[in-house]
Amino acid sequence: MRRRTAGLRRPAGLPRFARLRRIGLPYLLLLPALLLELLVHLAPMVIGIVMSFKELTQLYIGNWGAAPWKALGNYRISVDLDAPVGAALLHSFLVTCAFSVLAVGLCWLIGTAAAIFLQENFKGRGLLRAVFLTPYALPIYAAVITWAFLFQRDNGLVNHVLHDQLHLTDGRPFWLLGDNSFVALVVVAVWKTWPFAFLVVMAALQNIPKDLYEAAALDGAGIRQQIRRITLPALRPINQVLVLVLFLWTFNDFNTPYVLFGKAAPEAADLISLHIYQSSFVTWNFGTGSAMSVLLLLFLLLVTAGYLLATSRGRKHADG
Amino acid sequence: MASPSVRVPRPSRRRSPMAPPRSFLWTRRIFLTALTGFVLLPVYVMFSSSLKPLEDVSGAFRWLPSEVTIRPYLDIWKTVPLARYFTNSLIVAGSATVCSVVIAIFAAYAVSRYRFRGKRVFTVTVLSTQMFPGILFLLPLFLIFVNIGNSTGIPLYGSRGGLILTYLTFSLPFSIWMLTGYFASVPRELDEAAHVDGCGPLGALFRVVVPAALPGIVAVAVYAFMTAWGEVLFASVMTNDTTRTLSVGLQGYATQNDVYWNQVMAASLVVSVPVVAGFLLLQRYLVAGLTAGAVK
Repeated sequence: MRRRTAGLRRPAGLPRFARLRRIGLPYLLLLPALLLELLVHLAPMVIGIVMSFKELTQLYIGNWGAAPWKALGNYRISVDLDAPVGAALLHSFLVTCAFSVLAVGLCWLIGTAAAIFLQENFKGRGLLRAVFLTPYALPIYAAVITWAFLFQRDNGLVNHVLHDQLHLTDGRPFWLLGDNSFVALVVVAVWKTWPFAFLVVMAALQNIPKDLYEAAALDGAGIRQQIRRITLPALRPINQVLVLVLFLWTFNDFNTPYVLFGKAAPEAADLISLHIYQSSFVTWNFGTGSAMSVLLLLFLLLVTAGYLLATSRGRKHADG
Repeated sequence: MASPSVRVPRPSRRRSPMAPPRSFLWTRRIFLTALTGFVLLPVYVMFSSSLKPLEDVSGAFRWLPSEVTIRPYLDIWKTVPLARYFTNSLIVAGSATVCSVVIAIFAAYAVSRYRFRGKRVFTVTVLSTQMFPGILFLLPLFLIFVNIGNSTGIPLYGSRGGLILTYLTFSLPFSIWMLTGYFASVPRELDEAAHVDGCGPLGALFRVVVPAALPGIVAVAVYAFMTAWGEVLFASVMTNDTTRTLSVGLQGYATQNDVYWNQVMAASLVVSVPVVAGFLLLQRYLVAGLTAGAVK
């Protein structure tokens, strides 16, 4: 209600023009943001959906309206599990699911633990906080290129430590080829994403009143109980958003595998974004690529809706 | 295990009477040390390798350089057109940041100070675009840019302008959300005082609200710059040889047949220092902004 008082205080009998301006002003202020979102996000999304029903190959890129309709053909190719395209897509999807669950779980765990350990003030806390945020601040490609160097077979640090110094492996394993690449991918993704969880949880912890802990301690609750009974419940609302955001980011992650492996990711680490990118720009078949993107979007919408429903209901249940 | 111990080593003045037990302190010490090691390992490798001669990085890994040299830092500018990548990245990220922050200030002011129809739809839509897979709108955006170029002659595809346009929308949703929180924490009485003094809404915004929310605006600017500076997917498709940015250029450097790892590490360090320094200096404002936004 108070929001309008500034305007309403003006003398009555306001000229029509001024009133119009007052009503129109918020929209005018939003206009640039809206136009840009339309141009770069919403319009392309609609076009992407249209494209997924077309046979859009190299020939039609300059004039995509002329591309012939293909109805559900692109979708049929994408989900045909007996054909190589569909089978590869399913494989990539499963790899991405496993990767996301693992990476999100680890990021959340490390981020929350670090934030709780840094909750209380002690010497060196500010420095540690800065150190922990460094991976988040580093440009992704610089960080991932450095990890690619660490994982090099012959001159990387990982094999030097595992093989030369600790003698844990017989030979020097490849980390960026074959099955090991999945491990490398998870390590790099967790390294660069957990600070975001840390940052968010840290901000949320600042809102928990200190006297809660003091009262609990006076009542004889130990640290563990304080964390379980005060900290974690207080983090619930923020966790709901945090886990979802982490999941969507990790699931859509393109940068990490693209920089870590170059254009062709090994099968064990073939994340879905990179997979779609490759099948679009390598074969120049944009129609199939779009159909795959739309399927990905549908999946993410379903997961998001299901997640929000489940967590909100759980929360109400716990509150009531 | 969780019982509070009476003998606390080196009791400090700040510690409350309910000091945490020793077991907790040790868990904390071990966990934080291990995590610091994990976080700093690549940073150390980046730094130490950038000071090594080429032999040290082509053979088996060495923890310390056999001799310290700054040659890699001189060579990076000659091996690849790093200066050009750098200029391109600076122009693209700088322009995207300025535009994004200005647009976000307007939008956040509208959301925090006015009631209007469609406010919720706007905020939800804008925030949810953040969640869509980039790959979904990469292909159509590529086509839109190519077709706009063909029909109007405005070269968006392959130009810095197209990239600036794309990047500024990436940071926009988060910036609007965070600035709305910041603006909401600026007391409305200040606006009203400005109105009494004869300022219009825009006058109040720029004379009162923006100065009061400056830390938040700076934090948002850093975030927008980081986003544009680090983006890979769109840069890999939307740029050509003359407009290539660091994210793609550096990657090409690291996937050559003979990789000069000492130079690649030196280049990575050079491109990281500006953003990391800016981020670490301003991180407390980012945390404050997150808290303000989360309260909303």
